[in-house]
This record gives sequence, C-alpha cells and structure tokens, in this order.
Amino acid sequence: MGSMDMLSDRVPLIFEESRPGRTGAEVDQGEPSETRALELLGAELCRDTIAGFPELSEPQVLRHYLRLSRLNYAQALNFYPLGSCTMKYNPVVNDEIANLPGFAELHPAVPPAMAQGALELMARLEGALAEITGMDAVSLHPAAGAQGELTGLLIVRAWDRRRGGKRRKVIIPDTAHGTNPASCTLAGFEVVVARTGAHGYLEAAEIRRLLDDQTAALMVTNPNTLGIFEAEISAIAEALHQAGALLYLDGANLNALLGVAKPGAMGADIVHVNLHKTFSTPHGGGGPGAGPVAVTRELERFLPLPRLVRRADGLWDFDRERPDSIGRLRAYHGNFGMLVRAYAYILALGGEGLEQIGRLAILNANYVRHGLEKNFPVAKRAPSTHECVLTHDLEERAGVSTLDLAKRLLDYGFHPPTIYFPLVVPGALMIEPTETEARETLDVFIAAMNQIYREALEQPEMVKQAPHTTPVARVDEVTAARRPILRWTPSPDSTTKE
Amino acid sequence: MRFIPHTAADIAQMLAALDVERLDDLVAHVPAALRAQAAIRLDRGLGEREVSAAMRALAQRNAPATELISFLGGGCYRHYIPAAVRAITARAEFATSYTPYQPEASQGTTQAIFEFQTLITQLTGLEVANASMYDGASAAAEAVLMARRILPKRHRVVVSRALWPDYRATIATYLSAQQDLEIVELPLDLATGSTSCEALGKLADQHLLCAVVGYPNAFGVIESLGHMTQVAHEAGALLIAVTAEPLAFGLLKSPGELGADIAVGEGQSFGIAPQFGGPGVGFMAARMAHVRSMPGRLVGETRDRQGRRAFCLTLAAREQHIRRERATSNICTNHSLNALAATVYLALMGRSGLRRMAARNVDLAHQAAAKLAAVGISPRFSGAFFNEFVARVPDPHRALERAIARGVLAGLTLERDYPELADGLLIAVTEVNEPQSLDLLAEALRA
Ligand SMILES: Cc1ncc(COP(=O)(O)O)c(C=O)c1O
Repeated sequence: MGSMDMLSDRVPLIFEESRPGRTGAEVDQGEPSETRALELLGAELCRDTIAGFPELSEPQVLRHYLRLSRLNYAQALNFYPLGSCTMKYNPVVNDEIANLPGFAELHPAVPPAMAQGALELMARLEGALAEITGMDAVSLHPAAGAQGELTGLLIVRAWDRRRGGKRRKVIIPDTAHGTNPASCTLAGFEVVVARTGAHGYLEAAEIRRLLDDQTAALMVTNPNTLGIFEAEISAIAEALHQAGALLYLDGANLNALLGVAKPGAMGADIVHVNLHKTFSTPHGGGGPGAGPVAVTRELERFLPLPRLVRRADGLWDFDRERPDSIGRLRAYHGNFGMLVRAYAYILALGGEGLEQIGRLAILNANYVRHGLEKNFPVAKRAPSTHECVLTHDLEERAGVSTLDLAKRLLDYGFHPPTIYFPLVVPGALMIEPTETEARETLDVFIAAMNQIYREALEQPEMVKQAPHTTPVARVDEVTAARRPILRWTPSPDSTTKE
Repeated sequence: MRFIPHTAADIAQMLAALDVERLDDLVAHVPAALRAQAAIRLDRGLGEREVSAAMRALAQRNAPATELISFLGGGCYRHYIPAAVRAITARAEFATSYTPYQPEASQGTTQAIFEFQTLITQLTGLEVANASMYDGASAAAEAVLMARRILPKRHRVVVSRALWPDYRATIATYLSAQQDLEIVELPLDLATGSTSCEALGKLADQHLLCAVVGYPNAFGVIESLGHMTQVAHEAGALLIAVTAEPLAFGLLKSPGELGADIAVGEGQSFGIAPQFGGPGVGFMAARMAHVRSMPGRLVGETRDRQGRRAFCLTLAAREQHIRRERATSNICTNHSLNALAATVYLALMGRSGLRRMAARNVDLAHQAAAKLAAVGISPRFSGAFFNEFVARVPDPHRALERAIARGVLAGLTLERDYPELADGLLIAVTEVNEPQSLDLLAEALRA
C-alpha cells in the first residue's frame, strides 16, 4: 500500500514497539503495594519483572491492535463462504445484549436465587433447542462442537456400559469432519470407516454390512460434508437401533435442516449443535463458540453435570447429584456469553423465521452451484443443500491447484471456500453462502470464480503467484512447520532486552 | 426478516435460474415424512427493540447480584477491564472472522495469536504456548493427556485435592475412557492449605505419570511448586501446574522457573468478564521438546514470497483435521477472541503494570484478612496466599446470608466439595474491591 506509515500494512510485534518505562495501565493510586506485597509473600516466592514483557502507552496499544484488525478479512466486511462453518451475519445487537452488566458481570457462584434471569434464559434456550432439533433434553455445557462430540460419545459409552455392554466401535463415514474420529479416540472408541455411496450419501446397506455386536454408534453429519442430505437416514437409524447401537448426529450443518427436517424425526439419539454456526454467535477468529448436546429422554440421565432443574419452590437451580451423569467437561456452567447471543437470535427469528432459513440457505447454495457448474462441476450429482462441494480440472489442464484458486479469490476481495475438505473429493472447494447473503453478492462471487477459471487457463503463473493484493503475499507454510518459530524472543540489539 | 436480504423478486429470479418453481422443490429430495414433522413451534420473531427489551428484562433479574459488593472468586475473578480491551475485541474484523486458515487474509488474527503465545510463555516461564484452549479445566485435562503422550508407559496421575473441584471433575471425565490411566488424589495439609508433598513422595515411582497441582491452589495458597517438581522429576514424572488466577504470574515465580513441565490455566482474569462462568480462555504452555505432543492450534512466524515476515497456523500434523483419530486432541474451534482480549489486556498492563496490579491484589487481600482477624475471624490456613484465602467462619451458610442482607457477597462456602472445611469461607479480593469495602466485609461477617 501507500508509503505513509499509517497506511502501511506492516505492523511490528507489540514487543518491538515496547520502550522501557511506559505503561498502559493505571493501577489504583494509594500506598505503594509492591514493597508490602514482597514483604507479605517473602522475596523467595517472587520473581523479578518479566523480561521482554511489553511496555506501551494505552494509545499505542490501541493503535497496534486496530492496525492489526485491518489485516483481517471478516464476515461483516464481505462474503465468507467457508464451507461447514456457516459464516452468517452475527446480529450486532446480540453483542450489546451479552455485555449488559446483568449478564456479563454475573459471577457464576452467586446463589442461584440471585441468578434466576440467567438460569431462566438457559432453561428457555434448552427448550428452544429441544424444539428445533426435535430432541427431548438439552445440555448447554460443552464449549464447542468438538466438546459436544466428546460429550455425546461419552454418553454413548455410559449408556452402553450401563446396560452391561462393552462395545468398542463407532462407525464414521469417510466424509466426516476430523473432530469426529478424534472425539471417538478421546471417548475410547475405535473408528470404523463407512464408505459414502455413489450418490453422495450413506447407504443403509453399507451400515448394515459394518454393524456388529461391537458397534456402539454411528456418528454422521446431516446434511453431510458434501452438502448432501443423508437420504437413507431413517432406515439407517432403524438398522442401528435393531442392532442395539445409537445414532449420533453431528449437527454442524443444522442450518440446512431448519424448517426441512429435524434430527429427532430422523431417529437421532444424540445431536450436538454449534451455536457459532446455526445460531449466529460470532466466530471470533476461532471461537469462543458453544456446542450444546441434545438427547432422547432415555439418555437424559447421562448428560453432563451440573443439570439445570426447577426446584419444588419454582426456582431454577443446578443439580449436581446425578449418579449416571458422565460428569463435567469444563468449569462452571457453559459458555453463557454465547448462550445469551444464541437465545437473542432465536427470539429475533421466532419459529417461522427459523423455518425460512433452511430453504433460503439451500437456495443460495444451489444458485452458486448453478452459476459455477460449467467450470466447477459438483463432486456428486445429488441435489445440494446449504453448501455445495465442487471440483475442477485445472490441475491437469494448467497445473493450477485448488490452493492457487483460493489465493486468487482473495484478490477479488472474497474469502475462499473451505478447501481440500471433505477428503473424499480431490481438490475440493466447499462453498457455503448462508441465507444472509444477497443475490447480487452471489453474482459477483460467481463472476469472480468463473473469471479465475479463465485466468488459470490463460495466465496460470499469475494465478499461482496469487494473492497479489493482500497485506502479505503467499505465505510459506512449509518453512513455518519445518523450522517452527512459535514466539518472539528479544534480538540482541533489541531495546527491550535486559 | 431483517437479517435476510431476499425479496420476493430475488427468490423468483433465483428459482427461475435454477429452473424450479417453488422453494419447496429445492428440498423435495428430503423424505416427505421428515419434512412433514419439520415445523418449529416457537413464538413469532421479535423486532430488535423487542428482543432487546426481553433480554434486558432477564438481565435485570440478575442485576442485584452484580450490584452487591462481591468477594467471590473460586476460579472466576472480578477484575477491572480497561475500555481499550472491548474496543478491540468488538471490532468486527476480529470478531466475525474465523480460524485463520488463509494467512494472507488473517494477519491480524495470526499476529495477535503469536503475541498471545509469546505473552503466555513469558508469564509461565516456558518455551511454547498454544493459541488457546476452551478453559482452565479442560486445559488441565488435556495437559494430562499430553503428559501421557510424552510418557506412554506410565499410568498413575496424581491430582492435588487442592485443585479446583471443577478441574478435578473435568480431568476425571476426560480420563474416564482411557481405561489404563489411574487417578490418585493427593491429600491436603489441613494446617497450611497446601498439597501434601510427603504424599507425593510416597507415590513417586516408575508408574507415576504426572502430578497436577494448583498454583495458587483452590484456596489461594501458593504451593511449594519447586519442591513438588523436584519430587516428580526424581521419579521421572512430569509436573503440571494449573493456574486459575494468572494475575499471580505478575509477582510469583513462574511455573517454568520452578521446573514445571506443562503450565495450564484459565485466563479470564485478563480482560474477560465473568459472564456467569464462560467463555473465558484456557491457556497451555510447555517445553519446546514436547511441542509435537501438544493439543490445539499453534501460530508460527514465517515469510511471504517477497521475504516479508508473516504468521500462519503451523505444526498442524498434530491436529484433528490432518491426523483424525490419531490427533493429539479433538479441539478445533478454541477461544480465540478471548485470547485476543487477554493479549490486549496484558499489553496494556505491561511489564510494570502487571506486577503492580498483582501486588495491589496481594496487599488488599491481606488487608482484608487482617480486618477479619480483628473481628475474630481467623484465616483457616497458614500457607502464603495470593488474592484469595479461606477464613474460618462458623456456620458459613448463615454468615453468607447475613452478609447478603448487608449488601455483601462475602465468599464461597466449601462444604459441598470439602466436608473437612465445613467452617471455611473462600474470599477473593481484587483491585475492584475498594479499601473501604474491606471494612464492610468484616462488618458483614462479624457474628
Ligand atoms: C461437520 C463439523 N463437525 C464438527 C465441527 C467441530 O466444531 P467446533 O469447531 O465447534 O469444535 C465442525 C466445525 O468446525 C464441522 O464443520
């Protein structure tokens, strides 16, 4: 960019901007605490000040991070079709609401009688999620989707052990997100991989073939990560149940199901949902989110501790005496700040509003698919739901990879789709527009993708050098892994050196 | 619906482009039996003003609890949050981006994480820190699983009884499916309030995998971490230091300096509001030799094609999206935005500010203890403490109620988790507690 420092894209590390003697903090005035603290604790317990720790004034800190913010792409700025992540609009009023002192400043250990507003909110959110997923009971405890998976799989395990079983296998389709198999290992299960059928969904015959008396559950995402509805899900659920196994539904793609189909109706026993996807809590550069888990009545007793319950006197409280519970997976009661936002979102949409979302998300994805199909064919011919997974022939025709296309898309001002996932599609481009994007945005995106296709054939080198307009050029990720530098250390001539 | 841009004309034109008639046709492939049960029976949607009013009404019901003078701690601490923190974390450029898979479009996030990682290594005195965990409790559990990857032949995990009950319970849950791991509790020294080093010595053999110790512990007591590390290391085992009040690192010797192999904890104290217990931010630091056993994301420094410094996610071969069932963890989404809050907070505090803030907390907490002693309420333990301590209060439940009636949330009872401390009240004092409020605390708890 320009030569003026203000517009320069280079932002030094906070440590490099540090100068001895500065501070951005005003610790309360009063008698000097430091000497007294050292006396109270004894010098042998204490350290010196931390060498290399930053020293900046408040405006310098503010400027540093504001300048860093400008180097980020974000959903609020433009289309962010990152497949499987549901980068929809995050209503700004929800952040304002979550910051209300009655929510933000509420300490988790206040007597429950003083936190009835918070508990009531949690109870209503549990109820709403039960209705939306078609399940009987909900726990808001898990911190993210993956922790919801671990919760759900530990419930599978507890349920099986409770009936005297020792089942050790969980079936997972080859399209599954990486957290699914990783969660299985954490929950002590072996992974058995099911192959997705020719039409892009799991066939009940494949599940029947794999099912045996060691199968504890099938863990499946619906719509799956190809963006295709699991058409045989009901038959699969029946086969599982007949074999004494459970159906775990990864609800990361719940957005497509709103108003279309409920996990409960599919025969799911356990579902987790990602509030940072379907329920619009901001993704935060990688969280925090929340991953509530919904189960059938039969499995409720295994849900994590503590359980929200209504006491005889009508007050909400936490029950910690649940002998069958799998226990807790974190401190306190859940990512409440995210629960507030998700509940506000559900209030805004209402039942009817939520019902519209599935179809509009599906409309947008199919519109993009249609606009790109000539150059970027779908991986599987089946109808797409809220996202479409596309491929291309540019690798063979021009030596241009999916990664190159993704980088070039940045030059057009778009965040790339999810790439190289699902693993069953070579060079996959996984595009999830979400329902909050307008048609004209999709049109510009479609035009950009098609233009890039032509560029790849005509000027492959230019595409392979992309991006050209971002704050940094193509980043060398190989060297980063080969010679890891994972923290700043003072250089010999640094001013912050001791 | 105000979040949806589609006009009727948009929908009609888009459907026409797809050569279908109705929106319903797009979902015709979904079995009819499922579609028939898809109605969502919730109230009609609300306008922004109505949503805001409904949510304010709920918040209002908790408001009295946030207006009392509070001395609650127990793993979640009340600290002043400089306005600059929220001014940064509220930026949509940070808040509405996701995991920085495309480094060229995410240098803001990746550099901030690199700074976070560096700050955590400086605070903990260790060599490498990850991009964040969910919270302190799950970070502690993941640290034990990490220790197991480092020492796969050992199976005994000893956990201090003075580690927060929620953390102990979380470790138990995460380990519940790892059949060959055994958890043994290290007893309390009821005089000092610290973990019995002697008991650790008795368990220190070739089976010992790791010792997990709070620093400061659940009673605010500063454990003899160096001593415990020594005992663990003599048996070839690892020491995991767990910290829920990392402000202590501003003043106390770091876990790394005292020999700890892994330091984990909760960073909520650094610019993150209590929010009824979450989300905070978990952190994890370790020695570089063990980096490939670490869970979670890592950002590294590298170059772009023009040789300029740049940052990107790295060493992903440990992670679920590459390694699947053999990954070091299942964690994907972490608590990035709160790691940013902690980063901004620490940058503001800076080298001298953090130390002075820690000292201020120590000073106020000890003033509170002295004022309580003056009205006959003595400390339960003799061990040195940071900004939280246990006072000996007969019938603490009654005392708490009395104090609430006088406008003070005086602390936390311990009986549920520690029957042996039925006369204990856990009191946390931070810089948000004005010196005058300490008199009110003593007054409120006076029998
Ligand atoms: C299909 C699927 N399952 C599970 C997850 C894991 O969720 P989280 O990142 O919230 O842990 C994701 C998203 O990252 C996903 O796309």
